[in-house]
Amino acid sequence: MKLEKKIIKPPLWILLELTHKCPLECTYCYNQLDFANTKDMMSKEDWFKVMEEARAMGAVQLGISGGEPLLNKDLLEIVKKANDLKFYTNLITSGVGADISIVPKLKEAGLKTVQLGIQSPDEHTTTLITNNKTAFNDKMAFAKSCKDNGLQLIINTCITRQNIHQIGEIIEMAEKLGANYLEIANIQYYGWALENINALLPTRAQLDEAKAITNHYREHRKDMKVFFVVPDYFATRPKACMNGWGSTFLTINPDGVALPCNTANTLPLTFPNVKEHSVEAIWNDSEAFNYFRGDSWMREPCRTCDEKEKDFGGCRCQAYALTKDMHVADPVCDKSSFHHVVTDKVEESLSSSQEPIYRNKINSMNIIAGRLAKSCK
Amino acid sequence: MQREKFLVVNNHFQLQYEEKQSCYVLLYPEGMVQLSFSAGEIMNLCDGTKSCDDIIMALTEKFSDESIENDIVEFLDEAMNRDWIIYHEA
Repeated sequence: MKLEKKIIKPPLWILLELTHKCPLECTYCYNQLDFANTKDMMSKEDWFKVMEEARAMGAVQLGISGGEPLLNKDLLEIVKKANDLKFYTNLITSGVGADISIVPKLKEAGLKTVQLGIQSPDEHTTTLITNNKTAFNDKMAFAKSCKDNGLQLIINTCITRQNIHQIGEIIEMAEKLGANYLEIANIQYYGWALENINALLPTRAQLDEAKAITNHYREHRKDMKVFFVVPDYFATRPKACMNGWGSTFLTINPDGVALPCNTANTLPLTFPNVKEHSVEAIWNDSEAFNYFRGDSWMREPCRTCDEKEKDFGGCRCQAYALTKDMHVADPVCDKSSFHHVVTDKVEESLSSSQEPIYRNKINSMNIIAGRLAKSCK
Repeated sequence: MQREKFLVVNNHFQLQYEEKQSCYVLLYPEGMVQLSFSAGEIMNLCDGTKSCDDIIMALTEKFSDESIENDIVEFLDEAMNRDWIIYHEA
């Protein structure tokens, strides 16, 4: 008989993906390729219930994301409810998809922080990445309105081969817009980004130069904090994904499915829905959330690795996407027997002239149809 | 530290007592600091109506301990360094 009850710490950080619809079609989006299958099934009351239950467990951070969360007509009420519950609220947005008058209303509803995605300091590159001609001007107006209304502004720039040459100008732009923080996020390769990796992955030389420019800025000016996220394809140890499966982070996607990370439903596991179960039952008792907790699921080289407490074997979604086995070490790790899959991809992308495809409904439906055709053969 | 100026928690942060953690926490984008008992007591008094001197007076009285003055000033200096608190301009 087991005398000890396994102690599961409550989630601290909840991410609500209000919709997977988005007016932008960014080539690097981490959303699932089959997002066209995801429906907006959550009512305002369903979101309220999730927030109440998560808050009662001790969650304090609330991210509101998508797709594009501005497209959800209940957004202001959801922000207000979150603020009333004493969540720290963070809207993760493209700045496109709602009238600019929404910004003061968000502030009034109690929003703390806007994390605004800006792809480039110029209109042409922004259009190239997002396939949306008005995006650049909409984003500039949104950023300005955030500052005018006293909202904390984090500018998040996802970096790929399409914009890595603009790092210096991106920093200048963020400073001019009055950003409190700038996150220079070399993207990780999931979903649409993985589909487009041959067109997006920068070279190591480009990456080193981008890092040097960022460090130069950090040394000479201190007023804006700049974070630099390194892409794990150039690493030899995996990232401690989500701080460990089911340890900190909980995502609810637009159809109400609860996930330990944004892309976990690409794995061959069944995830529970918040419309059928309480957040507490999902977090503590569901098979899916317990599946990769602890280390009993691990295989070699993870099982006996002295770094397993540090990176938890890396990312399960990446392991599955690159090896078709979700139990193996993240192949980013150079101890993995699949590490060559990563280095081969890096090699292949350098010499590729592949054009990226946009993340949109038609491409998503084509991918779904392609998978169906393949599975029928 | 200008000891006579009113202090307030920077409104980009959020200070609150968390029952589940049995302490005051300070929340910021994608992060959280758990405050020690004394740090929580001090931060909670940074409400825009009290200065450093007022906070020292309130806490030395509450805990009947004059020796904590330096610790309070030191903490408030550090909190200001980290942008947790700012002067409240009326």
